[in-house]
Amino acid sequence: MKVVIVGDGKVGFALAEQLTMEEHDVSVIDKNQAVLDRLSETLDVLTICGNGASMRVQKEAGVPGSDILIAATSSDELNMLCCIVARRLGCKHTIARVRDPDYREQVYMMRDELGLSMMINPELSAARETFRLLQIPSFLKRSAFAKGRAEIVEIEVRAGNPLIGKKLPELSRVLHVRVLICAVERGQEVIIPNGLFRIEEGDKLYVTAPTQHLVSLVKALGIEKRKVRDIMLIGGSRIAYYLTQMLLESGIRVKVLEKNMDRCRELAELLPKATIICGDGTDHQTLKEHGIANMDAVVTLTDIDEENLLVSMYANHLGVPTTITKLNRTEYRQIFRDKGIDCTISPKLMCATSIVHYVRGMQNSSAGSAIAMHHLVQPHVEALEFRVTKSARHTGETLAQIPLKSEVLIACISRQGKITIPQGSDTIEVGDSVVVVTLAERKILDLNEIFMD
Amino acid sequence: MNYRLIIRMIGRILQIEAIFMIPALLIAMFSGESAAVSGIGMSMLLCLITGTSIGMIESKNSRFYAREGFVTVGLAWLVVSLAGALPFYISGAIPSFVDSFFETVSGFTTTGASILTDVEALPNGLLYWRSFTHWLGGMGVLVFALAITPRSGDSSHSMLYLKAESPGPKISKLVPKTRRSAGILYAIYVVLTVLQFVLLLFDGMPALDAITLAFGTAGTGGFAIRNTSVAAYSHYAQTVVTVFMILFGVNFSVYYMLLVRMFRRAARDEELRVYLLIVVCATLIIAANIYSELGSVYESIHQSAFQVASIITTTGFATVDFDKWPEVARYILLLLMVCGACAGSTGGGIKVSRVIMLFKKAKHSVYQMMHPDSVHVMHISGERVDDDVIRNVDTFMTVYIIIGALTVLFLSLDGFSFETNFSAMLACLNNIGPGLGVVGPAGNFSQYSDFNKILLSANMLIGRLEIFPFLALFTPAIWKK
Repeated sequence: MKVVIVGDGKVGFALAEQLTMEEHDVSVIDKNQAVLDRLSETLDVLTICGNGASMRVQKEAGVPGSDILIAATSSDELNMLCCIVARRLGCKHTIARVRDPDYREQVYMMRDELGLSMMINPELSAARETFRLLQIPSFLKRSAFAKGRAEIVEIEVRAGNPLIGKKLPELSRVLHVRVLICAVERGQEVIIPNGLFRIEEGDKLYVTAPTQHLVSLVKALGIEKRKVRDIMLIGGSRIAYYLTQMLLESGIRVKVLEKNMDRCRELAELLPKATIICGDGTDHQTLKEHGIANMDAVVTLTDIDEENLLVSMYANHLGVPTTITKLNRTEYRQIFRDKGIDCTISPKLMCATSIVHYVRGMQNSSAGSAIAMHHLVQPHVEALEFRVTKSARHTGETLAQIPLKSEVLIACISRQGKITIPQGSDTIEVGDSVVVVTLAERKILDLNEIFMD
Repeated sequence: MNYRLIIRMIGRILQIEAIFMIPALLIAMFSGESAAVSGIGMSMLLCLITGTSIGMIESKNSRFYAREGFVTVGLAWLVVSLAGALPFYISGAIPSFVDSFFETVSGFTTTGASILTDVEALPNGLLYWRSFTHWLGGMGVLVFALAITPRSGDSSHSMLYLKAESPGPKISKLVPKTRRSAGILYAIYVVLTVLQFVLLLFDGMPALDAITLAFGTAGTGGFAIRNTSVAAYSHYAQTVVTVFMILFGVNFSVYYMLLVRMFRRAARDEELRVYLLIVVCATLIIAANIYSELGSVYESIHQSAFQVASIITTTGFATVDFDKWPEVARYILLLLMVCGACAGSTGGGIKVSRVIMLFKKAKHSVYQMMHPDSVHVMHISGERVDDDVIRNVDTFMTVYIIIGALTVLFLSLDGFSFETNFSAMLACLNNIGPGLGVVGPAGNFSQYSDFNKILLSANMLIGRLEIFPFLALFTPAIWKK
């Protein structure tokens, strides 16, 4: 597949990285030659220096013969223009990143008017994910499948957890809830467990469960946290704006700390119900003054990773039950996880994942492409949801009979809206949707690829 | 430094080299040359065993940065030349190992400088192998390895190989995947070589002569299998060689542009225009200069064009002993030696694009003296040239001159004239082959001492890899963990 990416920023780079890993031909256009030089040294991509919305530059980048153009420059308007030009040049699929809240209401109108295939707003998706995490703060990550009826959630096994020392078949007995552990992160390792796997302290479990049972799961595990009523956001970025809106709607009191006075005024105008404070969110005195210690949750959303980490660690130290940290440099995630920064969000990775999902969907496949895709452990393990079509093999057979490839796991079956956490005796039928957990390097495009034969 | 990964790559290169020895072995068998058969066979076995055993070394760590890239390229060329010298040495065709090494380096770097006084005495199998080194070295050994890699996998560093082996100040890929770019380059290369081979066969030339001549032209090398070089063949064959020499001196990305029907961009290529202009002008001046000696317009232009093409593309074939030509003609050929062919071709030298940049820079510097506040951005083919690229050209030229000056100093120890020493340095550093005086088209390099033969071999490698990858091998800092 030939892909052209305009804009070699955080998202552009993350995309280029993932798409080259999936063996696509990637060209990247950017105005800054120095950035491009660095890129071409690290990734096997073609780089073109110039304005991505210019027809001449796009022709040079081979847009006329490309399958997809993704515009991810810092300017929304430029991104849309890039897509319009690309369509003119005969590129069928175009994706634009549009993140200004002012355009939020007209996103669908613009998408159709401009003939775009997809518009992505990483900040909005990040805000949504953060909001979902805050709803049940015991989980470190939530990924929804089957129209939100089933989820894969991440749980850290701390000392005193009833699961320690248990093997997987014993789980249902301990928890009284049918769940399935589909991946485990242990130190640097990622394991897709089988029946013999024994849970240890410090493991991070990825658990599949019907959404309606999540609350009882939390109770059974004894990892309940205080319900979030008061929350502090550090940094008044776009994510903060979107998130505050959602939080206010569900009746949570929000305090936003933002350094820049003009931005504070803007936020105060847009979000009259929130408490907007103009102050340095990394200043220990300011944080104390505004009662960080009494918050139910702290979300750090400044543009600087170091500040976010610092404040989150401070909040942890003060005993704030839930902290969520926005991270740009996700490569260092592993180091922070040992330091108690477990719950992180990364708009760029979410954005890259959803585009990779889209691109995979374009690579036509007989049994239908994935309808949802989430990275569980970035970048090693992914969960894919497939609709079972007539061309799928092994329908009607029980799971015990179906020969699956190694390190592939069927985590959940949804049949007419009913969620089943599968056992050996369950079957896959046409019309079901199934969630498959596998290693990302497998690059499964099609449901039939999970079978051995 | 990730030694394991480097060694693994070297192992693969040796395997490739062993496989490429098969045709030479077959030719030696058919010609019934027992010494050559055992020489080539033994070398093949050695390469295969060493290559396979060190190629199996696994590296858990896939760390591979510019440092590793430089060392791999420099080392690969050294190893390939050492291994390529084995057939000559083991078969006894060239009794001295230093001489065998010189001859092989001269082959792989597409120089074409020889220490052989009687080429025709060499067995056919070895003649084939000697010319084949030109062909493989012309486009690059690592680029070949890249082109046949099944999957790109961790190919982020592959661009380093392409950059190191394709000469020129700025190398860009043709398509996003380096592996495919390498494949396209080799495809164009093979097609042009086969075309020339067929055209030469039409002339009734023996197959071995035709294929070796095609290899020598394609790599812009210059080894011929006759003592009289290309003078041994018909006018038609000489014309074919002239045309193909000029074609192989053109940047291969121009051919790619023609393939994907970007005719306007191909025609706009400034380097190509200047290159052709130089060829035409030099041909006319030399033709006028030698007209009084030859007495025929056609003959003057024919000889002049052949020699100009042979020298500017750094091939080094000869149809006449141009060392006997008048001073103007000889001097122009000397200038062409320095200039060299286009970037991204198989030719050597400084490259036309660097010459263009130097001229443009000089022109602007003079202009700026008169208008100190003027701002200038250099353009080539209507596109901006980055300051980095220009700075690299400056560095390249500086180091190039230093190396040249030092080489001539050491060559002087052997007591030849300055003209011989200076042209020998130019002929090796620019990968041409013959120089003037003792090392002229009628002479050879056999009279230099062993030390200077090794020095000239190093010069050839430095010229072929455009200085830095080879020099990197001798920088202590690069070997630190």
